[in-house]
Amino acid sequence: MKKSVFINGIGVVTTQGVWRAEFFSEVRVLDHAITPADQPSYKGLISPGAIRRMSRGMKMGIYAAQQALAEASVTIPDAIVTGTGLGCSEDSDKFLRSLWENEEQFLTPTSFIQSTHNTVAAQIALQLQCKGYNVTYVNGGISFESALLDALLLLQTGEEEHVLLGGVDEIAEQTYAFLQAAGYIKADGIQETVKNNVSPGVNYAEGAQFFSMGASRMTSSYAEMIDVTLQNELEVSETASFLQDFLVANNFRPEDIDAVILGYNGDEKDDLFYNALQQELPLATPLYYKHLSGQYDSCSAFGLAAAAFVLKYQTVPPILYWNEKNPPKTTWKNILLYNQYKGKDHSLVVVRAC
Amino acid sequence: MTALKEELKRQIIDVLNLEDITPADIQDDEALFGEGLGLDSIDALELIVLMDKTYGIKLSDPKKGRDIFQSIETMATYISENRTK
Repeated sequence: MKKSVFINGIGVVTTQGVWRAEFFSEVRVLDHAITPADQPSYKGLISPGAIRRMSRGMKMGIYAAQQALAEASVTIPDAIVTGTGLGCSEDSDKFLRSLWENEEQFLTPTSFIQSTHNTVAAQIALQLQCKGYNVTYVNGGISFESALLDALLLLQTGEEEHVLLGGVDEIAEQTYAFLQAAGYIKADGIQETVKNNVSPGVNYAEGAQFFSMGASRMTSSYAEMIDVTLQNELEVSETASFLQDFLVANNFRPEDIDAVILGYNGDEKDDLFYNALQQELPLATPLYYKHLSGQYDSCSAFGLAAAAFVLKYQTVPPILYWNEKNPPKTTWKNILLYNQYKGKDHSLVVVRAC
Repeated sequence: MTALKEELKRQIIDVLNLEDITPADIQDDEALFGEGLGLDSIDALELIVLMDKTYGIKLSDPKKGRDIFQSIETMATYISENRTK
């Protein structure tokens, strides 16, 4: 029999700052092509000797991980599972730039060592002296959900008791310049929001979101994690059956879903998928979050934090409402999250109040 | 030699990203590794690359590195005697 899985602690470093009770009441809507995360002070958390080599992604990851573990009163988790689309791209940028500028000579070791995708999870393990299972998933827009699936399996099967789950992506100057040149990111100087989107591309950002997942419910628990499903490619016309299969597998009817958190990012083509899914859930309140998080491969973890917040505090911060379709609700029991990017990497996640 | 020592201090701070440290904080005879500045083995590799890139000195014998990288003083002496750039 499957064991229940709970979100017992959350930690984030995002464009909206770090996780706190007032998180969603102090947010601002992003309107720049690239918005860096609001960095906290890392002094006292990371030794000066270690911090000088760390990129922003590493520092953000360590901070968010510590915050999530502290809230759940977990000192050392049994496993660390993370998801990242581009990994430590700042160090990759640095290493490749030096390779180019120095004609493949004088290559320094630090940026090379730290350019791997699993650097954040490894640094967290070193920091915590955690010698358990340590895996990083790199699967584009479903990197975080892939990690979530692994964490869920580890806990549901009883293999582990506490799993630290995270999603991290950082801004790297050259990599983001390439994404801008390819039209994925809006051009510099354009000020548009998710809802006021005219020019090509979307607003990008960076962030680290960590969750202390446990097999036992605690006083700090936010929600119960029910299930996740992944699909690499999907036509808009297949969205309904993708949803239906997931709901049936988990014994849900469409009317059981109180809110659906959608990954609207301003891209009209992406909207088609979200609109199609929304139509299948006429009684669910549509919410969104990428106007606050910005787009990056693991940004759906921000959406999960939003879902957990709503379920724990039984209130929806007004900034999360997608439209005026807000049927009056006093309780929020089941929340579904749907994310995809450019018609690929589709994921459905369902969480329940506990 | 004094100019070279100052240049070395600035380069080390820059290459090793030594936050909150200025050239004035590093004494010429202070140990770079261990007790002194607290550098480690990865820093040693960075210093080897620095010597090669900036001064044209290739260090192939790691044992030599121990003596050369003792302090700013020893580094500056070795560089001034062996530099090709």
